[in-house]
Amino acid sequence: MSLDLSERIAKLGFSQKELFVGHKACAGCGGTVAVRLALQTLGPRVFVGVPAGCMSAVAFLYPQMAFGVNAMISTFAGTASLLTGIRAAADAQGLRDVHVVGFSGDGGTADIGIQALSGAVERGDKIIYICYDNEAYMNTGIQSSGATPFGASTTTSPAGSVYHGNQKNKKDMFEIIAAHGIAYAATASIGYPQDYIRKVKKAAETDGTSYIHVLAPCPTGWGCATELTAELARLAVDTGLWPLQEYTAGTYAISKDLSTFKPIEEYLRVQKRYRHLLPEEIEKIVANRDHHWERIRNRLRSTAN
Amino acid sequence: MNKEKEFLSGNEAVAAAVALARPEVIAVYPITPQTTIVEKLAEWVANGKIQTQYLNMESEHSALSAVMGASAMGVRTFTSTSSQGLLYMSECLHYAAGGRFPIVMVNANRAVALPWSIFGDQRDSISQLESGWIQLYAENAQEALDLTLQSFAIAEHPEVMLPVMLNVDGFSLTHTYEPVHVPLAEKVNQFLPPYAPTFRMDLEHPLSLGFSAGPRDNTAFKIKQHRAQLNAEKVLEQVDRKYGEIIGRSYGGAVESYYTEDAERTIVTLGSISGLVRDVVDTLRAAGEKVGLLRLRSLRPFPAARIREALAATSRIGVLEKNVSAGYEGTVATHVRGALQTLQGRQPQVRSFTGGLSGRDISAKDIREIYADLQSDTQSTENEVHWVDPGVIYES
Ligand SMILES: Cc1ncc(C[n+]2csc(CCOP(=O)(O)OP(=O)(O)O)c2C)c(N)n1
Ligand code: SF4
Ligand SMILES: [Mg+2]
Repeated sequence: MSLDLSERIAKLGFSQKELFVGHKACAGCGGTVAVRLALQTLGPRVFVGVPAGCMSAVAFLYPQMAFGVNAMISTFAGTASLLTGIRAAADAQGLRDVHVVGFSGDGGTADIGIQALSGAVERGDKIIYICYDNEAYMNTGIQSSGATPFGASTTTSPAGSVYHGNQKNKKDMFEIIAAHGIAYAATASIGYPQDYIRKVKKAAETDGTSYIHVLAPCPTGWGCATELTAELARLAVDTGLWPLQEYTAGTYAISKDLSTFKPIEEYLRVQKRYRHLLPEEIEKIVANRDHHWERIRNRLRSTAN
Repeated sequence: MNKEKEFLSGNEAVAAAVALARPEVIAVYPITPQTTIVEKLAEWVANGKIQTQYLNMESEHSALSAVMGASAMGVRTFTSTSSQGLLYMSECLHYAAGGRFPIVMVNANRAVALPWSIFGDQRDSISQLESGWIQLYAENAQEALDLTLQSFAIAEHPEVMLPVMLNVDGFSLTHTYEPVHVPLAEKVNQFLPPYAPTFRMDLEHPLSLGFSAGPRDNTAFKIKQHRAQLNAEKVLEQVDRKYGEIIGRSYGGAVESYYTEDAERTIVTLGSISGLVRDVVDTLRAAGEKVGLLRLRSLRPFPAARIREALAATSRIGVLEKNVSAGYEGTVATHVRGALQTLQGRQPQVRSFTGGLSGRDISAKDIREIYADLQSDTQSTENEVHWVDPGVIYES
């Protein structure tokens, strides 16, 4: 039985009213999907902070505002600290049943904003920090960030004859944030929306800080067809490159365990940013992935014992 | 008024005023010589003397960012900093002013590295004059208390809605004890009712704030911000009068003139050194010298008209500041010269004096020498900086 769209929306508990609409993101933008789904999950009683980056650039150009809820651009480095202040004021005002949520890019999170994020997590401020990860500084024209994966070419880590794209591994923000002993942290992908929505709900119910790191493909920066966004977001998970995990009150869990991985080439081959890779470089990506999974599984095994 | 005076340092006086102002959110980060303000507030929070959301932040950038978030929600906010911390905030300073968040911040004026120094001068705040904040300068601990309270009223005034930076000279004010009148809470409540914002993030009427504006609209926002600064000069005086009526002390607004009416020579200055200049003016006046003092209580808004008015009789002006804009002269001197440009018919000479950098003492003798300099006709070049007792300069 197939439901029509509005029935499907209602079934998810979503409002028919769009809370993030009329923005000017590129076709196929994964970041906007992450924002829309989270806002629909959290509902209208939210206060949103968005730093400099694509999601603010596409949504706040006066006089056309794309957020249907209270929202504000933060400084690039100041997402978490802005949220801290909003939450403190909401507490002072005695506001109940409200969510304070941030949508920051990977550069705004893993690089320039990590200090403020770390402070908020350490204090345990009741905020939901969502990093939509498109794996580079997209808004400024696809520069390499701390979250850019090994091998990916960007405008500041181009594929040249000496260096083949980004030479460093992706910074593991999930581990860094979990190591703070945060109340709740998760990785997610817009290619697995139910899982993402469940995690946003869990964050909303968490007493303390929540961090969700959601993979959000960017056709413009990744050099892929615009209709491949959801597909690539799934493939990143299915190839094992982006494990879906959770950390809840000190306990780690895998949200989607994989007995086998889809071939990594399926994922890499359709993206221009990886086109230059040599076989041995692809092998290194595979080895990194396997090592990552081994660490994750070992940790689960040791805590299960 | 409270009859009893308390023996308070400048920072303790500020803390007392903050407690009386009842901000809902205070965000802090330590830096000398500001820190004893927020330590005092922390102690009062810990002991239940004041109720506020007290946020220990991870940097000054975060502290100002947090109070911006809180201010956007429509609550009263306070933070304080100094020197490197103020510079570290620089991005947020412009942001807060452009966002029209009526935050009050006390800046304990301190030298700026390099070379490192924890001691006082005014290079930190003056370097941020273009950030869009209202900048006030207190002379003593009593004024620091009074101006802290007035700052909230100015910042939150509907015709202003701008952040206020109250500057208090590091150590010479922040750590020096004086008898200070602390007003009664009910009087302060009457002077400063709870903050009633004209706009804020609101669940019933959601807002987008802190947005972008391109070439078409950006100038309009800047014009409004500029007008708000200009309004602030009038509001500053209204607030000062109201404070006088309710609390019993007032200062006359953006400038304080002392014997300027018939002064042929006037020393223009700001901050804690003004007290000593006033003493020297008294001595010189007693000896028949026509000298005056013009104390600037506000650099933003810059009270150009009142400066022109106050210096109407003066033909030679010395501007004494704990600041220099390397490659030109003292920034305040440049401002004063600019204010006098429009004087009809007569062009008084302005000389730039820089002293007191990194807490270097400025003595009464130094001030008498400034006066002697103003009496001499030899001014070599237009923008020469007159260094006040600079110490030894080692040539390598
Ligand atoms: C302090 C500061 N430094 C640099 C910038 C320029 N800048 C704006 S957005 C951006 C890229 C943002 O990248 P990311 O956080 O990954 O978000 P995305 O644009 O990819 O969505 C940069 C570098 C800025 N606005 N502020
Ligand atoms: S550049 Fe990428 S992240 Fe930015 S709006 Fe376009 S698709 Fe979205
Ligand atoms: Mg990015």
